[in-house]
Amino acid sequence: MTGKTLYDKLWESHVVREEDDGTALLYIDRHLVHEVTSPQAFEGLRLAGRDVWKRSSVLAVPDHNVPTTHREAGITDPVAKIQIETLDENCRAFGLTEFTMDDIRQGIVHVIGPEQGATLPGMTVVCGDSHTSTHGAFGALAHGIGTSEVEHVLATQCLLQKKMKNMLVSVDGEAGPGVTAKDIVLAIIAEIGTAGGTGYAIEFGGDAIRALSMEGRMTVCNMAIEAGARAGMVAVDDVTIDYLRGRPWAPAGDLWERAVAQWRDLVSDADAVFDKVVRIDASAIELQVTWGTSPEMVLPVSASIPDPAAEADPVKADGIRRALDYMGLEAGQAITDIMVDKVFIGSCTNSRIEDLRAAASVVEGRKVADNIKLAMVVPGSGLVKKQAEDEGLDAIFRAAGFEWRDSGCSMCLAMNADRLEPGERCASTSNRNFEGRQGQGGRTHLVSPAMAAAAAIEGRFVDVRNVS
Amino acid sequence: MQPFSKFTGLVIPLDRANVDTDAIIPKQYLKSIKRTGFGPNLFDDWRYLDPGEPGMDHGKRRINPDFVLNKPAYQGGEILLGRENFGCGSSREHAVWALTDYGIRAVIAPSFADIFYNNSFKNGLLPIALSEAEVDSLFTRANKGDGFSLEIDLEAQQVRSGDGDVYRFEIDPFRKYCLLEGLDDIALTLQHADDIRAYEARRQAEAPWLFATH
Ligand code: SF4
Repeated sequence: MTGKTLYDKLWESHVVREEDDGTALLYIDRHLVHEVTSPQAFEGLRLAGRDVWKRSSVLAVPDHNVPTTHREAGITDPVAKIQIETLDENCRAFGLTEFTMDDIRQGIVHVIGPEQGATLPGMTVVCGDSHTSTHGAFGALAHGIGTSEVEHVLATQCLLQKKMKNMLVSVDGEAGPGVTAKDIVLAIIAEIGTAGGTGYAIEFGGDAIRALSMEGRMTVCNMAIEAGARAGMVAVDDVTIDYLRGRPWAPAGDLWERAVAQWRDLVSDADAVFDKVVRIDASAIELQVTWGTSPEMVLPVSASIPDPAAEADPVKADGIRRALDYMGLEAGQAITDIMVDKVFIGSCTNSRIEDLRAAASVVEGRKVADNIKLAMVVPGSGLVKKQAEDEGLDAIFRAAGFEWRDSGCSMCLAMNADRLEPGERCASTSNRNFEGRQGQGGRTHLVSPAMAAAAAIEGRFVDVRNVS
Repeated sequence: MQPFSKFTGLVIPLDRANVDTDAIIPKQYLKSIKRTGFGPNLFDDWRYLDPGEPGMDHGKRRINPDFVLNKPAYQGGEILLGRENFGCGSSREHAVWALTDYGIRAVIAPSFADIFYNNSFKNGLLPIALSEAEVDSLFTRANKGDGFSLEIDLEAQQVRSGDGDVYRFEIDPFRKYCLLEGLDDIALTLQHADDIRAYEARRQAEAPWLFATH
């Protein structure tokens, strides 16, 4: 018998029943809920007179719409206010755990799950949010779902699913100095494309992935969806287990020992067969900057903007032309000649303590360039914010001219007041550079926290290793 | 959900690859707590020349005459023709609600993003994957703007044009059945409540920490 992949193991341990055509009822262990994709699901439950199947599986938090300044004053946007109040009200009515806006544990749903130990190895984790793939970093099967499925999980604790195919992305060897998890995942997307992972669950492996901290692994899995894969995952090792020990929702005492013994098996067997294997040489990965309106439109910082005339495929050439037009860029322009208006350090990709430390170390003792209209740091959770303040990072950022905000999604998708104006260009540590993502007409370049910090200091994109 | 029946509809060609759900329905409209009313804001950034906010009278905004949805030839279209990786990005089901609220009943493209594909079925929207070459030929026809329509026959898994072309598409049998019957997934699943409880009992013995309360 051939061995099993990590995904095979996670899948098999959660199948409640399976139909002849392979459609399975998959059991869900953890259901994360936020304000944007849940109201219609709760309304559906009410209309059908249904209850929540397993309350203890749910952890809810408002994050997309919350203000990142003067939170004590409440929400001024009346529509956003209704949405957050609706979440509070639904959680009260159905008896669900929620970290409300004034709770220090509040934060971006994909930051707080792991931070609390609410995400554990071997779990199935879902959320009405595509970046749920983040939680796969723990050797969990985690993916985004739509609102109808949120309702389905609330009512039945299960999802109707078909098994995906297995893909291994192995990042072999050692990444060069200054190359971060963000650069690695952008390089992976450049290689396989934004639809390369469609239909697959991706396991990220190889020395360069193993060498990452849990936070780095979360950054990589977070963007699996940008490669088209609903789920990304990393096998369990000591790094996973050390991260989880002592977290509030993690098991303790004897249960901890029992859990760890099971978690150790959450790795792909040596003889497991993947439907597709992609190998990437870590030493060849450079610092990345996206230039277009799709995450696969990404290049090393030392490169120049591509020329649509050089692209043979007419649909692709058209895509490049459209992107250059939207982004206000010229073919052949050096990436290091692109001037930046705003800098955003935050989002579920890069708002954890290590991200903030990396950015702070670039910023320390320096000043934000004159052409930068706004540079902001939005920690991923209230607890990340507190830790950063305990370490003095907020003082470093403020002294350099950054704004230091409260936690939330913020300018990652600009549902609150934090947004780009038409034509403004942003160095952003988030995960999507789609048209209008950070505000209508706004132009987003995705980079790592250190690269965003460097862009703030220099006023344009630079190789952070050359910041003097 | 309404059962999905055979219909003939006008085709709207949207000639872009990687159309993401942010483009289908921009974030400012996600603040709604309803499932309906998203139609006027479908492709909002492309469709209007001025920035849109919830609560506006969208009928009074400046429309972009170059955008396909605004062209007279495509008014009343029910079939959207797209390029590869349609519906990528965010999981927002609002994207599907915006399409159906506008009146779209089927989307034809060479490929779809997984979550969008899945969300479509939950709302009676049929995503049809055809080959690149087939989609290309449909674009050539639809781009003429002379009322090119297609008949969508889910039962037979066929797309048929008035001039006799037939395109066959694949669809998962279970999804097809649910769509044809207009079935509610949750009711179907709850028929297996005993299986779910049996699974839970087994799993709780193996991994009790998964059942802890906080
Ligand atoms: S930070 Fe951005 S990507 Fe992450 S959950 Fe919030 S809006 Fe989505």
